[in-house]
Amino acid sequence: MTRPTDEMIVPEGWGFVETIDRRDFLRLTSTGLMVVFAVKPPEGTFRPVWNFATQQRTPPDFNAFLHVGADGRVTLLVGKIEMGQGIITALPQIAAEELNVPLGMVDCVMGDTDLTPFDSGTFGSLSVRVLGPILRAAAAEARAVLVQLASEKLGVPAADLEVKDGVISAKADGSKKATYGELAGGKKIERRFEGKVALEKVAEFTVVGKSAPRRDGIEKVTGKAKYAGDIAPPEALHARIVRPPAHGATLTSIDTTAAEKMAGVRIVKDGDLVAVLHAHRDEADKALKLVKTTFTPSPSTLNNENIFAHLEQVAVELRNIGTAGDVSAGEKTAAQVVVGKYTKGYVAHAPMETHSAVAAVGPDGRVTVWASTQTPFPLQTQVARALKLQPDKVRVITPFVGGGFGGKSAGAQAVEAARLTVAAGKPVRVTWSREEEFFFDTFDPATVVNIRAGLDAARHIVSWDYEVIGAGERGSRMYYDVPNHRSVAKGSWSGNVGGMHPFNVGPWRAPGANANVWARESHIDVLAAKAGMDPVEFRLLNLKDARMRRVLEACAKKFGWTSKAAPSKRGVGVACGEDAGTYVASMAEVKVDAATGAVKVVRVVCAQDMGVLVNPEGATQQMEGCIMMGLGYTLSEEVRFSNGEVIDKNFGGYSLPKFSWLPKIETQILDSPDLPAQGGGEPAIVTMGAVIANAVFDATGARVTQLPLTPARVKAAMAKK
Amino acid sequence: MKPIAFTLNGVAKTVTTDEARNLLWVLRDDFGMTGTKFGCGASFCGACTVLVDGKEVRSCMTPMRNVAGKKVVTVEGLAQGDTLSPVQEAFVEHVGYQCGYCTSGMVIGATALLAANPRPTREQIAQGMERHLCRCAAHLRIVDAIEAAATKMAGGKK
Repeated sequence: MTRPTDEMIVPEGWGFVETIDRRDFLRLTSTGLMVVFAVKPPEGTFRPVWNFATQQRTPPDFNAFLHVGADGRVTLLVGKIEMGQGIITALPQIAAEELNVPLGMVDCVMGDTDLTPFDSGTFGSLSVRVLGPILRAAAAEARAVLVQLASEKLGVPAADLEVKDGVISAKADGSKKATYGELAGGKKIERRFEGKVALEKVAEFTVVGKSAPRRDGIEKVTGKAKYAGDIAPPEALHARIVRPPAHGATLTSIDTTAAEKMAGVRIVKDGDLVAVLHAHRDEADKALKLVKTTFTPSPSTLNNENIFAHLEQVAVELRNIGTAGDVSAGEKTAAQVVVGKYTKGYVAHAPMETHSAVAAVGPDGRVTVWASTQTPFPLQTQVARALKLQPDKVRVITPFVGGGFGGKSAGAQAVEAARLTVAAGKPVRVTWSREEEFFFDTFDPATVVNIRAGLDAARHIVSWDYEVIGAGERGSRMYYDVPNHRSVAKGSWSGNVGGMHPFNVGPWRAPGANANVWARESHIDVLAAKAGMDPVEFRLLNLKDARMRRVLEACAKKFGWTSKAAPSKRGVGVACGEDAGTYVASMAEVKVDAATGAVKVVRVVCAQDMGVLVNPEGATQQMEGCIMMGLGYTLSEEVRFSNGEVIDKNFGGYSLPKFSWLPKIETQILDSPDLPAQGGGEPAIVTMGAVIANAVFDATGARVTQLPLTPARVKAAMAKK
Repeated sequence: MKPIAFTLNGVAKTVTTDEARNLLWVLRDDFGMTGTKFGCGASFCGACTVLVDGKEVRSCMTPMRNVAGKKVVTVEGLAQGDTLSPVQEAFVEHVGYQCGYCTSGMVIGATALLAANPRPTREQIAQGMERHLCRCAAHLRIVDAIEAAATKMAGGKK
């Protein structure tokens, strides 16, 4: 992608700003119109989640820039990063809409701590939902300033001017006109967006709501797009780090003599960090194999079988996460009380790009880190702290990120690269092996959910007693019409409280919600079956929430759902959920091989209400990705481990969804212009566990209560029924 | 250490190195060609896929001795100048990617697939691409893209 002018500012490889230095940035922003604005996440959607992030909060004044240059081009400078979710297209769309410029005139610089203002990170489906409206307002402010300037220049009242494609002209006399570039150029105007401006009405949108082609396609299909591991400063060395065989094992002896004899190898030690360095990654691999080590055994006795009993035993911290009425009183009115226990194992993020980082020390002593990270600014603090530097002595640059899903919120690899570059005196590249990725991942936590629900004679849910251990509360909100309910959480994905888990856990696409929605929607299905009712009708009977009813009814229509109590042998299932402000209903059709227990998903239909839609194609792709990715944690993905050791450390043992799994996928996004844009990257994944488990029940009459639904578990459940 | 001669994207190259080294890191570290990605190091994921004499191979497990005298094509070698190959064009049009990290291997894999079977069914596409992993789960669009590329290469006939 080339630009007519200022080609230094956004080079080929969108969002990749390696060649911009601070001078270019100052040149860019020394003249022109700059609007700075604040992005504050709404109450309740944001809380500091990992330790290093708590040290740095969103500054109160401003944290995003929008610049209009002398060439009329608009540049957004945002601390968000692009990891495949498509905001590299959606955010410029929003700005283009309000500024009345063609989308091609908007550039986007992302995730560089020198160039972009502070941002807490790219997670939680917040980019369009939270940054979007404020960006919209800032763009409208910029347009208002430009219209005012044009009014003064042309001697025409602002009300008599119109804007089209970055040109402001008099409505009555089209020859009286000025371009954004002419108005913004040669002067320095800085505005702080505070007040209110008239926003374009949703109905008048011309860019937002239309599918715009993604802006990173050509770079990605030609191999030109750069990821952190592709950055190779002169004289850079690859580092491979000596690792323990198990979590909890400690190093007792190390002998690097044989490795040191290899040509071109350097051994670098920094405290507990021991690494072999070589200009070629594969030769560093070879040298690492020559390092002889002994470790103490891990004290952990946990494994993927006994973990659930352990979680129930050790979980002490208890949080009330939602309550209404009186559960015991409600239960007294129940005709039957139905108890369920739902479990799921640890799930890996397994992005195709392993954690990668390159670090180099500049002549001025500043450290630059190129990192695959979802959180460049918290990472800057983290690196600075590790090196005992002030944060402004560290620059984090985020090239394209090769998948994150929450797993790149932690930045251990970047700290390793930074420590090693200081110790080695050369730029250092750290690209975790796949085995390191599986070992050091911050897994989606293993979870146990206990539910006790009361059903009255009229088939209403009258009590709901809910306990989630491990996952945390996201996705647990009771939106069914249950007068008496109580939900408590013990532990959370956001921290390994009380050493509940034998390794690190962290946010995984819709963190917590996959476990909670799986458990709740499975149990709702159990209740429907107990009531002898069609699962859709049972949900509607117990659901007043109008938005949820609407998505469920839309999904049923698209699916062609017909009423029948499960198990109907048809192999169809339903599940509802909400995440990131978006409501979702899914339906699926499965075939179960009675001999093996293998589940084949034939069709998935998903309807969602996500408020104002910015990029329909982009949002649809996120839904499709959620559905297909969700088949993984539903059918096969589970981290097997024993005594601190991760057993499956590559894709041979840990199985991701494959092409042959691809079901017929149909998606529908409901028209919802009265609601601001909600999250799109995560919601459609949360229903996948339950929709498939419920379809398996409908096909076989067997209720599987543990994810993933492996053939062995399905077969065992079928034998038990 | 041995001089190994081969053709890389149509250009004759000689590299003097240990012939047991795998092609992936010679491409990335010796030639600075970073389009070919490291994903798993064990042939499971397909991110490192390149063409050797027209066949798709996993460069992470292809020793240089197997490359001697052969024609290697990487993702950087598919376009003719600014003109994308039909497969690349279809991946852009149908958005057969999200994060893009598996895309080099996908595009190469699809190129090999269509060379062997110019008019595959969707099932044959899925079968042919089975050993390529995509964590963003863009599978639907990738199949769409490969199907469209096949149509395009057949002169637009459905």
